[in-house]
Amino acid sequence: MTFSITLTVNGTPHHLALDDMRVTLLDLLRDRLGLTGTKKGCDRGQCGACTVLVNGQRLNACLALAVQQDGAEIVTIEGLAPADGLHPVQAAFLEHDAFQCGYCTPGQIMSAAGLIAEGEDGADIERIREGMSGNICRCGAYRGISLAVAEAARKAKTEAGA
Amino acid sequence: MPDDFAPASHVRLGSNSGQPQTRLDGLAKITGQATYAADNAPEGMLWAVYAGAPAGRGRVASLDTGAALAHPGVVHVITPQNRAELQQDPDARAHVFAWKIDILQSETIRYAGAPVALVLAETLEAATEGARLLAPEVEPLPVRIGFDDGEPFEAATVGIGANPATSVGDLEAGFAAAERITEVEIETPPQYHNAMEPHAIVAQWQDGRLVIDTPNQAIVMSRPLFAEYFGIAPEDVHIRSPYLGGGFGSKAILNGPQILACLAARETGRPVKLVLSRAQMYGPVGHRGATRQTLRLGTDAEGRLTALAHHSVSATSSFDDFLEPAANASLNTYASPAISASHSGSRWDIGTPGPMRAPGEATGSAALECAMDEAAEAAGLDPLEFRLRNYAETDPATGRAFSSKALRECYRLGAERFGWAGRPMAPGQMRDAKGRLLGWGMGTSLFPAPMSQALARATLRADGSALVETAAADMGQGAWTALAQIAADGLGLDLAQVEFRSGDSELPDGGVAGGSGHTATAGSALFSAGQDAVAQLVRLAVEDPASPLHGAGNQAVRAQGGRLMLEGDPSRSESYAAVLARAGLETLAGNGRGARSPEAAGAHAMFSHGAVFAEVAVDPDLFQIRVTRLVGAFAAGRIINPRLAESQLFGGMVWGLGFALQEEAVHDRRSGRLVNGDLAGYHVPVNADLASIEALTVPEEDPFVNALGVKGVGELGITGTVGAIANAVWHATGRRARRFPVMIEDLL
Repeated sequence: MTFSITLTVNGTPHHLALDDMRVTLLDLLRDRLGLTGTKKGCDRGQCGACTVLVNGQRLNACLALAVQQDGAEIVTIEGLAPADGLHPVQAAFLEHDAFQCGYCTPGQIMSAAGLIAEGEDGADIERIREGMSGNICRCGAYRGISLAVAEAARKAKTEAGA
Repeated sequence: MPDDFAPASHVRLGSNSGQPQTRLDGLAKITGQATYAADNAPEGMLWAVYAGAPAGRGRVASLDTGAALAHPGVVHVITPQNRAELQQDPDARAHVFAWKIDILQSETIRYAGAPVALVLAETLEAATEGARLLAPEVEPLPVRIGFDDGEPFEAATVGIGANPATSVGDLEAGFAAAERITEVEIETPPQYHNAMEPHAIVAQWQDGRLVIDTPNQAIVMSRPLFAEYFGIAPEDVHIRSPYLGGGFGSKAILNGPQILACLAARETGRPVKLVLSRAQMYGPVGHRGATRQTLRLGTDAEGRLTALAHHSVSATSSFDDFLEPAANASLNTYASPAISASHSGSRWDIGTPGPMRAPGEATGSAALECAMDEAAEAAGLDPLEFRLRNYAETDPATGRAFSSKALRECYRLGAERFGWAGRPMAPGQMRDAKGRLLGWGMGTSLFPAPMSQALARATLRADGSALVETAAADMGQGAWTALAQIAADGLGLDLAQVEFRSGDSELPDGGVAGGSGHTATAGSALFSAGQDAVAQLVRLAVEDPASPLHGAGNQAVRAQGGRLMLEGDPSRSESYAAVLARAGLETLAGNGRGARSPEAAGAHAMFSHGAVFAEVAVDPDLFQIRVTRLVGAFAAGRIINPRLAESQLFGGMVWGLGFALQEEAVHDRRSGRLVNGDLAGYHVPVNADLASIEALTVPEEDPFVNALGVKGVGELGITGTVGAIANAVWHATGRRARRFPVMIEDLL
């Protein structure tokens, strides 16, 4: 039995005949679409390394079955940046050294992009810390992460106001 | 070629070192382009998933291989019954970094989660289901877990080959002379590295060569470990490890699943990928072993130590020895006329522990700093004043001078930044605006500055740029960046002119990313390789009548910005490219080695130091503990990249927070299984756990540690922080830590 689904990933539509309903969205992205930027850290929704945006909302891709995502618009780390540069969150991560090993980083960045889209304006660092606490960084780059997200959020707010 | 290219004395680095360069691998990491081991998927690849032992001790009586094989997509199942012979005994310890491993050599179960069978399938989903269908039945035996149930034994060594017992001075006389004696017993639990990247391997055989993608902290050194199992030459193992998703010590040691994947690839003739699940990370890939430590501190009327005795019972597995060398932390930190550091072992039915970020130093300094705080209280002294009275001017263990030690400056700077002055002596005196109990505590950070051995090659190219190569490992500490900065300075080039190749075993041996000595070791190799290439270039120039530098002495020529110039007369200069072009050379290669001579190692005691100050807020009703401020001041020799060094120090301090308040693996003492073997149950710090954190660095010139003057910052931050937090909890509540992590119930 196969399951026909259509996903739009980073703007590209994929018509997929899925032969296995057990495939998670994370494994679909990584193993079948070759988008390995999204990482698997726990496969249990506990670490956030696999965070992607699904219809604009952040989601742990390891907890979603691919077959349930028919029609979804998905953005992964590979599709976040505009063609001519970096997304403000990415640029801020580099500047604030908001990562070390880099493994949780795609999830952190997607989570931050989602958080900002949820209305985070960067004014209250405590709120950012809470909002980013679903993404574990074992290297302990949290200070840089919080500062980077705050900066990108403020920038987004300024641009929205302009 | 001389044996040792390392420059003999403290060198002046160029303009690249010391700059807060952003990570050169940063762009790849923030765009999802950095390729970690599990991101590889060679054509025709099979997935491997192993089934783990459901009990901590006993024997596998049966496996339903039929059910697994019948599952669509499953192509093969390897069990102890059909596993092919290997050339190495997994229960031998052929190498100092080769632990005894479980690779289906028998049905005996030595710890819960140990591999009992390997399933190979066309998809991850089929392999996962196949492993589940094996449903092992076991004949269990009673498990021995915990210090009360473990089997005690005398330790032959601790850590990696260290003496289990060291003493200096007359301990009895020291205690007899003491005005008061403080005794403390503290337990630390099993802790797990929990790198975000689960251990992974993609193994393939190509024309008799074993090609492996796997995260590895000791890339070239690991080749023979793999080779011995398959009876091939070390040169026929190719390890690719450009990025490690965290290591913390767990990716320095060969592990069983790695060998199983290589074996499966050989048996099936296809590439095989094996990625551990998070749950499988708690067993075959090491952890920080538990300790039960006892400390006895004698002090005189002025609050000076007269004797310090530190003993650790360190837990290990039933079948192999890695004992957390916790007591050794007391050998080098504080001055005392008599010190004893000793260890014994306790065998548990668990996976074998291994090095985990500051192995021994983290556990030992946690207990020592708590004990020092109690002794300070007993002596009626401020904890900082007490530590200053016991400041070690020379290494207490050996009497050697320190190569450098700016700890006093760390104490001063850290205390000032934190606002330590005016701290009330008695506990429970301070409240914050929310009515929470506030406490301030401190601890001393100390970590050795060792070096391993590394080689490097630097090749100048016709266009004046250079290629530098060494098989270094970047697990997040910043090797891709800091080492390139050092290499550029060795070559007298700008960073942008240097191409750095690393993370591959076909390159010169970059040594081990461990012991906080990687930058010092691989950096020394890269620097001297660059200097070797430049020296050859200078020779070409001064001997060439067509060169503006002709006739100048070698020593009078300076290399900078891709040009050779005469000291004092910059008008006499020419570019590297011009020298190479006239000589008709496309490339010019230099070699370098990084190591510390035994003479240098024996001449001084070499350590990084620091002081950590912590503030905690404790809810007076719920006893919930929050770390509200951490300030660390550290002295670690020359800092190559302040931005990255600060991140490393932060990382260590965050680990200290996890150690102090969160991290603990809990075993079911009946089955031997972990009850919290995942990231929901095994708590590591998250973003909200951390409020304010600062890491200051104190300038320190060290002419002895190595020519670069580089120590290390990777592990330093965890030491000191654990004790500082526990001592702050006491200062808030009056309750002393007797075990880690300190939990709400310890404060009731």
